Amino acid sequence: MLRAATDRLVILIPYVWLLFFFLLPFLIVLRIALSDLEYGSPPYAPQFSLAEGWDAILDKVGQFDFENFVFLAGDSLYINSYLSSLKIAFVSTVLTLLIGFPLAYGMARAPDGLRPVLLMLVILPFWTSFLIRVYAWIGILKQEGLLNQFLLWLGVISAPLEILSTNKAVYIGIVYSYLPFMVLPIYSTLEKMDESLVEAARDLGCTRIGAFWKVTARLAVPGIMAGCLLVFIPAVGEFVIPDLLGGSGTLMIGKTLWIEFFNNSDWTVASAIAIILLVVLVVPIVLFQNAQARSAEAGR
Amino acid sequence: MTARWSWFNITSVVLGFAFLYLPIVLLVIFSFNESRLVTVWAGFSTKWYGALFQNKGILDAAWVTVRVALISATVATVLGTLAAVTLVRHTRFRGRTLFTGMVYAPLVMPEVITGLSLLLLFVSINFARGFWTVTLAHITFSLCFVAVVVQSRLVSFDRSLEEAAQDLGCTPFQAFVKVTLPVIFPAVISGWMLAFTLSLDDLVIASFTSGPGATTLPMKIYSQVRLGVTPEINAVCTILIAIVTTGVIIATILNKRRAMLDGRPAGS
Repeated sequence: MLRAATDRLVILIPYVWLLFFFLLPFLIVLRIALSDLEYGSPPYAPQFSLAEGWDAILDKVGQFDFENFVFLAGDSLYINSYLSSLKIAFVSTVLTLLIGFPLAYGMARAPDGLRPVLLMLVILPFWTSFLIRVYAWIGILKQEGLLNQFLLWLGVISAPLEILSTNKAVYIGIVYSYLPFMVLPIYSTLEKMDESLVEAARDLGCTRIGAFWKVTARLAVPGIMAGCLLVFIPAVGEFVIPDLLGGSGTLMIGKTLWIEFFNNSDWTVASAIAIILLVVLVVPIVLFQNAQARSAEAGR
Repeated sequence: MTARWSWFNITSVVLGFAFLYLPIVLLVIFSFNESRLVTVWAGFSTKWYGALFQNKGILDAAWVTVRVALISATVATVLGTLAAVTLVRHTRFRGRTLFTGMVYAPLVMPEVITGLSLLLLFVSINFARGFWTVTLAHITFSLCFVAVVVQSRLVSFDRSLEEAAQDLGCTPFQAFVKVTLPVIFPAVISGWMLAFTLSLDDLVIASFTSGPGATTLPMKIYSQVRLGVTPEINAVCTILIAIVTTGVIIATILNKRRAMLDGRPAGS
């Protein structure tokens, strides 16, 4: 009896917390996305209030107006923001994979004693502030920054490159910030891999590259999938990196939402942007969960 | 994988780590720069550290941040551990799918959405924004990270130990506290540390949920960076990096020593 009560409490406390602070807020966002903009505080007029009771609410469900969504669809700024976010996130994910895979591969092949140290060195920047790491790039990338000084000194370029305030800086920022998220899952799949499989492939006549491609790369697929999604999903909604490193031409939906909310005080449109962003991300999130379930099964 | 470290492997590891660490190292070096210009070296100086400790705005923000992080990490660890116990041990109850979804979803949710939705909640229930709204928001997203970390440890825990304790007269609660908790404790601690650093680090969610008088350090750094780079920010960043690095190193050493005392390899 007492045991059942304790068990119920163990479930109930985090459950109720998440219902109240995670699920309920989303319902409120949805409600506000369907509301009208109003000049006042808060700056929206709800379409219905809970005080009217269920019948009144159900009555109004049929009359919801989707004007905020129609507004988003009609303005190319928002559509372009979504498309450009997806493009930036995609390109950055590919670049992160190109840098992260060799790093993870090299780490997995390091001598036994060295591997824990290398692993810790990958995790350490993750514990260091994200904002600080993005900020550090400003000093490197700007016109009179360290990168340009270095390249001028080398004689590779004759005039400073314009990198900061362009999409290039955003790519660098995302690749840099999310690199550990790519390296860790790939490393853990490669580390578990049985090297004799590669040797067998070589014995059967594969070239070095052929064996890598047919065995190592294939076996690393779950890690690559997890890494790509761990980079892609947060990159789509990224705000800090495009804001600090990108320029006025950098369109990303997270930044657009922020501007609508803080600069334009348009809460209804900001909510509608959030709802659509969520819908856009549901597909990769579902893919991610499936991939995780599959790798959990494979690991057992 | 057997160790066959080719030159190619060594090069990619060295280049990868150079990329990861160079910006941080440069930031630390330039925090000791005499010049106000961030990119021109004009001699060693600690004057920006001096200026930092005169800057009341930054110090206040740092104090708010530390308090938010301490409270939110602690509460999130308790709630997250309960959530992990639920995930691992209570495989059948009504609404479990929803519960699992709610634990994992915040991990991948863009911060702008989490921030916006929590703010709208606080506005809807007329809860005054400030210190407590930021703390509540931080508890919510970090409890999910704690749950995942603790869950991974709890899965491998041998439940028969707990049953043995109960056979010897412990109540289920006592058995959990005396047997299970010590075993999963390293995971609980790393969950707490993760929650603490996530809270220290967070800019976006804090910006949405904060109100007057509750400016956190990332919010302060962010506004200063937008106004123009001040060398004091390099000093703040260096101090934060030093604190986090020391913390992680101490945690690793403690973990190693514990593992050695227990006579098993670290991380198992």
